Amino acid sequence: MSALSDQLVTFAILVYLVAMISHAVEYALGNARARTVAAPARELVGAGVGGSGGLTPQPPAATGAAAAERTARRARLAGLTAVVATAIGALLHLGALVTRGLAADRMPWGNMYEFVLTVSWIGVTAWLVVLWKRPSLRRLGLFLTLVMVLLVATAELVLYTPIVPLVPALNSYWFVVHVSTIVFSSGILLLGVVPAVAYLMRAGHEQGKRSFPYTLAKRMPAAAALERLTFVLHAFAFPIFTFAVIAGAIWAEAAWGRPWGWDPKETWAFISWVVYAGYLHARATPSVKRNVATWLAVLGFLTVLMNLFGVNIFFEGLHSYGGLD
Amino acid sequence: MTVVDERPAPPAEVPRRRPGRVLALLRNSWRQLTSMRTALVLLFLLAVAAIPGSVLPQRGVNPEDVRDYFTAHPDLAPVLDRIGAFEAFGSVWFSAIYLLLFTSLIGCITPRLRDHFRALRTKPPLAPKRLDRLPQHAVLPTPAGGAAAIAETLRRRRWRVVVRGDEVSAEKGYLKETGNLLFHSSMLVVLVGVALGSWYGWSGNRLLVAGEENAFCNTRQQYAEAKLGPRVGSEDLPGFCVRLDEFQARFLESGQPEFFNATVTVDEPGGERRQADFSVNSPLRLDGASVYLLGHGYAPVIRYTDRYGRSQTSTVPFLTTGDPGLTSEGLAAFPDANVDPATGRRDPDLQMAFTGLYLPTAPQAAPFVRSEYPTERNPALNLTAYRGNLGLDAGIPGSVYELDQRQVRAGRVKEAGAKLLKQGETWTLDDGTKVEFLGTEPYVTLSVRYDPGQALLLVSSGFLLVGLMGSLFGRRRRVFFRVLPAGAGDAPGAGAADPAGGSPTSGSSLVEAGGLPRTDHPGFADEFAQLVAAVSGDERADAERAESDPAGAREGAE
Ligand code: HEM
Repeated sequence: MSALSDQLVTFAILVYLVAMISHAVEYALGNARARTVAAPARELVGAGVGGSGGLTPQPPAATGAAAAERTARRARLAGLTAVVATAIGALLHLGALVTRGLAADRMPWGNMYEFVLTVSWIGVTAWLVVLWKRPSLRRLGLFLTLVMVLLVATAELVLYTPIVPLVPALNSYWFVVHVSTIVFSSGILLLGVVPAVAYLMRAGHEQGKRSFPYTLAKRMPAAAALERLTFVLHAFAFPIFTFAVIAGAIWAEAAWGRPWGWDPKETWAFISWVVYAGYLHARATPSVKRNVATWLAVLGFLTVLMNLFGVNIFFEGLHSYGGLD
Repeated sequence: MTVVDERPAPPAEVPRRRPGRVLALLRNSWRQLTSMRTALVLLFLLAVAAIPGSVLPQRGVNPEDVRDYFTAHPDLAPVLDRIGAFEAFGSVWFSAIYLLLFTSLIGCITPRLRDHFRALRTKPPLAPKRLDRLPQHAVLPTPAGGAAAIAETLRRRRWRVVVRGDEVSAEKGYLKETGNLLFHSSMLVVLVGVALGSWYGWSGNRLLVAGEENAFCNTRQQYAEAKLGPRVGSEDLPGFCVRLDEFQARFLESGQPEFFNATVTVDEPGGERRQADFSVNSPLRLDGASVYLLGHGYAPVIRYTDRYGRSQTSTVPFLTTGDPGLTSEGLAAFPDANVDPATGRRDPDLQMAFTGLYLPTAPQAAPFVRSEYPTERNPALNLTAYRGNLGLDAGIPGSVYELDQRQVRAGRVKEAGAKLLKQGETWTLDDGTKVEFLGTEPYVTLSVRYDPGQALLLVSSGFLLVGLMGSLFGRRRRVFFRVLPAGAGDAPGAGAADPAGGSPTSGSSLVEAGGLPRTDHPGFADEFAQLVAAVSGDERADAERAESDPAGAREGAE
């Protein structure tokens, strides 16, 4: 069962890779089309309905129109492939988690490897939900699949840990509550950083910046929609994260005799929480520019990453169950 | 597009006379401190200020690491220590930031609390003259019952409604501000809980060996380390006594712990003597304190028989060295050995001490320095004997777990051989005295704590969370309805309504409706449309709309 889980992880990475490539192809075709058809304004509308009738651009010339039509069809196909591949990847990923959990006879959240796998699965699943609700955001998938490939591959190559049962301190009802909510909110925050970064690039592009990272955002959904998605995801994840931290404190009280002890993990959770509170404040303050606020969200995610990887690797504390010695 | 009700700063007063200027300065500083921007900057500073506390070792988390840091960086460490870097979360700079932040918070929420209470008691405002100027607008046939019926529909949907003649004003979503204030206030209460805990709480750590004679009662002297809050005196500690009866541990083949359980007998003042079990994750809750299981180990029982044939038995906890096999080291000292029973004279040079390693599962062959498994599969005690003046009488405090190395270096204590002892074995030393390894007793390390702020922390975190959700998901919005006088039927959009199908009482009169989201609310257009449908009694359309409204179709609403 454990071997099966490992294989599924490998397959999932490959399928995410396929999804990423398809997204890239769609993207490239989109660019080509934009060059042939001088009607970029239609682009967004077309993407908005996820490839239904709205895609027919006004032809500048009859020959160009036929070619453009063909490219558009191919782009649509690539986009569809990407989404289907992402979904299959998520299923394989889920299979890996379930088999791992069955093999270990517990929830697959016992060490950093399992933790990263679960967080990234939450992220990709939440992405599919977002995609279902807002098909117009599909092009974000390029970034998302990139993040997935990087994260899951890092988990497999660097963090891999064989299955062991939990140490007694982790064997608690609160473990399930605390870790499941941490994992869930981290997954959403992971997803949240994707539109945040895309927004920063897209907003730059919309303001006429044409240097390197901004040009990538040429085909991205409108900045306002990205910003809105960033906020919705963060507003959704923040209370869950807050709850997770509180549950952690309750558990720490039972296990270590104090609800809060400024152990490195706790400290970094505090830092993330404060940074995200800063993001929500900044966004609610009209005098603070939206891109400043969004930078705070990106910064918040860096602190979450620090907690996921950095703290396990660099520091020693009560939470050292990373499994990397 | 957030519509935040930021309090408009009143225009700064023109400074006239000197005292006025000071006051103005104060008032301006206060306004600065309580502004959102300052709160943002302080939040950011708080996050940054927390970083050193995770990078540098902290006394409260790991005092040994701090000691190691001092050895590793002899120049830097004292400097860092002076600025409180090893107790970062109690340092002046960290405290200054959060105290400023909380001052700002108080300054921020007090006026908002006042405004909000006022808003809760005032009625929804008058409908604006031109409803078609509002972000949402519709015209519909007047339902049966006119304004009263509209108000009723709105009330059923939990709007706060006021009817003024032909006009209905309604507001919803006070929860947002209520939640926001609850959230921010709860944060203050959390801080109060923390403060209460540190003033009135206490804690102590100790090691407890199994057996009646090792029982401990809760006094300050009984703890290796005790920390009493500034408002706690030694006499405030509740007088319970605890005895360890049994300790069970189970491990996997790999040596990883799987299960711990400590069985104790507890004597509480005013209570029956009772037996209780506790473990990691389920502390022993006593009246006025909780006892947490932090660790465990073995205390070898060693009997020494001196030159005069007198035996002394010592049960000394050996401290674990941190390896998974529970290799532990310790010291058994017999300062009263070799006292001549005839004269009662003690020869200070004949005191005895044994240091060594205890291996619960000793390897089959030398070197006997590392235990292979944490339970006692092949227990062995690797002892080194010392004879001489242990330095225990000199009044210099030494560790009970380590031999005083100064005495060894000074040659006052000499080594007298070493031997590996299996359980039950006897070792006869060069002077004919004997040492026996009789067995072991388990011990546990305990943390005993009392924190009166904890209940408050728990409750306020609960409120904090509830408030946060209200604040994030609540949406404040207003709607207005105005029944137009009959004959005004050529209002824009009236053509869509079918006056002939209207109810007999309404005749051909129409209602104009307007909606105003007061906070960021992308779904408001939908909600407004549904509300209008409901008011016009068109529940069927309502349902249809909900059906034909898969999320994708909502794109346009953005
Ligand atoms: C102690 C540190 C603070 C923390 C951790 C904190 C946290 C938060 C969080 C997480 C939110 C988001 C909830 C929401 O969007 O409604 C929020 C909202 C808000 N906070 Fe704070 N806050 C703090 C201090 C302050 C201070 C000092 C002020 C006043 C200057 C303030 C004013 C506000 C306001 C006005 C909102 C509502 C924003 C909106 O309309 O969405 N907060 N706060």
